[in-house]
Amino acid sequence: MPALDSIDRQILNLLQNDFPVAAQPFKIMAERMGISEGEVLSRIGSMKSAGLIRRIGGIMDTRSLGYYSTLCTAMVPDSRVDEAAEAINRLPGVTHNYLRDHDYNLWFTLTVPTREEADRILTELESELGVEIVSMPAEKVFKIRVNFDMETNDED
Amino acid sequence: MKIDSIDLGILELIQGDLPLQSQPFAELSEQLGIDVDEILVRIARMREEGTLRRWGAVLRHQQAGFTANAMVAWKVDPAEAYQAGHKMAEFPEVSHCYLRQVPATFPYNLFTMIHARKDVKLHEVIARAANETGLNDYLIIKSLKEFKKASMKYV
Repeated sequence: MPALDSIDRQILNLLQNDFPVAAQPFKIMAERMGISEGEVLSRIGSMKSAGLIRRIGGIMDTRSLGYYSTLCTAMVPDSRVDEAAEAINRLPGVTHNYLRDHDYNLWFTLTVPTREEADRILTELESELGVEIVSMPAEKVFKIRVNFDMETNDED
Repeated sequence: MKIDSIDLGILELIQGDLPLQSQPFAELSEQLGIDVDEILVRIARMREEGTLRRWGAVLRHQQAGFTANAMVAWKVDPAEAYQAGHKMAEFPEVSHCYLRQVPATFPYNLFTMIHARKDVKLHEVIARAANETGLNDYLIIKSLKEFKKASMKYV
């Protein structure tokens, strides 16, 4: 897609930080920006098609819902990484799965209703893959705020 | 949080992608047989209670220009962890900061995800975070390949 202009950037920041809980949220955004609702919708549509906006909606809080979540890692031989990654991707509750630049090379997150279920899934995965899975649940969350400031120029 | 069938319908909608149209709740309102206002009241309540952690757009940060990203794991003494964690959290470039239970084979217990537009900036942020927290033993663990990245769907 063509480079973002200042209106696109303003839309992206509003969508991330200040998306109205309202019957016509895009109309409210348009009024705040001094442009038409149609333009807001069409610009958002373009940025979705371009893959920049993954989705618009909500993210629930794992802990408030009582779910158990953990970051897991394993040392998997290079030749078996793809196979292991596929097995991990198939597990319900896996949202992130990355190959990383460390001896512990596969890293994934697992979010399930209970700790017991996590333990069972990881034990089964260990026997399927024949590697040890290290589980590192959070003891304390200091920050989760995945907002990307699209208007500040930090080129310096 | 007590969840009834209306909440379930709302959760299904908002954990996905709202329809990109003037009245994104109109269809759900018809399906559930309740007013749009009732849907909005419930969403607002979830936000207040904190069960709805975030409301709005989820970006793909690479496409948004944030191409310099790293997981940085820091070794911190448990007694100093809270102070260090709160300092890390103040950096706008830090999206996630967690203290984790770790095994002896991986003694880096404070995890941060850091995002920047350029490598130079990423490394400058890491250096500043190290300086401000006094944590000098850390690993910069970059991703080589993304096998999966999705939003969790609950219920």
